[in-house]
Amino acid sequence: MAKTYAEINEKIRKGKAVVVTAEEIIDIVDQKGAKKAAEEVDVVTTGTFGPMCSSGAFLNIGHTKPRLKIQKAWLNEVMACCGLAAVDMYIGCTESPVEDPLNKVFPGNFSYGGGHVIHDLVAGKDIRLQAEAYGTDCYPRKKLDSWLNIKDLNEAFLFNPRNAYQNYNVAVNASNDRTIYTYLGVLRPNFGNANYCSAGQLSPLLNDPLFKTIGIGTRIFLGGGTGYVVWQGTQHNPEVPRSENGCVRMPGGTISVLGDLKQMKPEWLMGASFIGYGCTLIVGLGIPIPILNEEIVRYTAIRDEEIYAPIMDYSIAYPQREPKTLGEVNYKELKTGKITINGKTVPTGPLSSYPKARKVALALKERIQKGKFLLGEPVQLLPSVGSGYTFKGFVERPVNKVEQ
Amino acid sequence: MISRRLVLHFPLAIIDKPIICQMVKDYGITFNILKANIIPNKEGLLILEVSGKEKDVESALEYLNRLNVQIDPLAQDIKRNDEKCTHCGVCTVFCPTEALAIDRATMEVDYDAGKCIACEACVKVCPTQAIEVYF
Ligand code: SF4
Ligand code: SF4
Repeated sequence: MAKTYAEINEKIRKGKAVVVTAEEIIDIVDQKGAKKAAEEVDVVTTGTFGPMCSSGAFLNIGHTKPRLKIQKAWLNEVMACCGLAAVDMYIGCTESPVEDPLNKVFPGNFSYGGGHVIHDLVAGKDIRLQAEAYGTDCYPRKKLDSWLNIKDLNEAFLFNPRNAYQNYNVAVNASNDRTIYTYLGVLRPNFGNANYCSAGQLSPLLNDPLFKTIGIGTRIFLGGGTGYVVWQGTQHNPEVPRSENGCVRMPGGTISVLGDLKQMKPEWLMGASFIGYGCTLIVGLGIPIPILNEEIVRYTAIRDEEIYAPIMDYSIAYPQREPKTLGEVNYKELKTGKITINGKTVPTGPLSSYPKARKVALALKERIQKGKFLLGEPVQLLPSVGSGYTFKGFVERPVNKVEQ
Repeated sequence: MISRRLVLHFPLAIIDKPIICQMVKDYGITFNILKANIIPNKEGLLILEVSGKEKDVESALEYLNRLNVQIDPLAQDIKRNDEKCTHCGVCTVFCPTEALAIDRATMEVDYDAGKCIACEACVKVCPTQAIEVYF
């Protein structure tokens, strides 16, 4: 018995929808079977809470008097991207302040950056805005140095071109003498630790591996507010190797998401610093999966032990773009705190917070149960297997054929 | 007479050598072990209170220095800011004493200040700067 989005939304409006999290659905399907579970459950909520570097926010500050066409702008000394109309800008989360020593004294601390600016904005703190312009007849002003608060902005919306990676590499350091500092954290030599970054069985795109329900217009939990999937994310890659259950065995799909920053909460959108690497934004994101039929409920019942991630050496293979992996490991193994690589026991370190992912899924469940959150029916699903959509590396065509 | 509380990190290569014994014999100091820990394949860790004549304590520390033992004063107090901590867990692989450890049932990160030896290994790896050092 298949259900439609309209039928599920009608139940949500009446406060009668049966909503469970991606953890809870596992036992339900186990005990009742997929057929019965699909009849009884209307929505499964997912969640993730991890660093997502391809994140940032568009801001419109309103027009100054006299007018200014901003050419360059800094928010708490972090440069925003201003190649847009007069008072629009985009603040990217990995940007560092102009005077930051970066990695000059290695490894740099990166204690403040674009992600922290976004966090401070959301927390309602005043931000220092400095701007410069060359001046035109219609926009004569050339300089601005002012405090700025989110409540005074016209629009402030988070627009993250790539979030919620469907699965990710497990990072290790195979070198024997050098600690390395990566976006997956500090990695000690000789396989000293293995860091991973996915909510596994709770992770949004792992619960809809073939994008049967997620697409443009899917309404989501984003940074504590409401957001939308607006496109496939950059580097979306549905054609990667998959298990029989459809689950990707490598980083696969991604989503572009957008949402009103003014609704978001600082506990769900946090600035983060990765020593020796840079700064970023930790994003809390959850997607409701409508249980339209038995096939979909089966996907949502995926368990950690059925999700395999590739182990990748970040000392050589990753930076040199060598496709070689050091084997696979599943999330249940990762979550025990130890895995075995080439016979060696290696402690595992998670970067994505599982307790917070669970809270996202629970918060979304509660909003839906209370009738405060309706499902968005996608106008177009994300490219899936068979679409031919792939992720290519850069093909370099040197302009000057000089020896490097 | 002086007395100092110290954190000693022994490199893997010298873990099994009778260094402290030698130190006591050669420099005539007394010591009290506050905590000892050897983490297989990582390092050895000893928190000591050493007492003796100032000159002797200093010579003893120089001796340890020559053996590549890292010496830190145990003077800091490490606190976790619960508002900033996201319970990601990445600090736990760097904590030598399991003062920071994941409760595998909930995946939440517990901090046991009693086990902390103020090595500060967790401070810089925490993405949200949730570990605070007080002097
Ligand atoms: S690394 Fe920081 S945020 Fe993560 S669990 Fe440890 S203290 Fe908390
Ligand atoms: S300072 Fe941090 S890493 Fe070192 S023992 Fe204390 S909690 Fe563990």
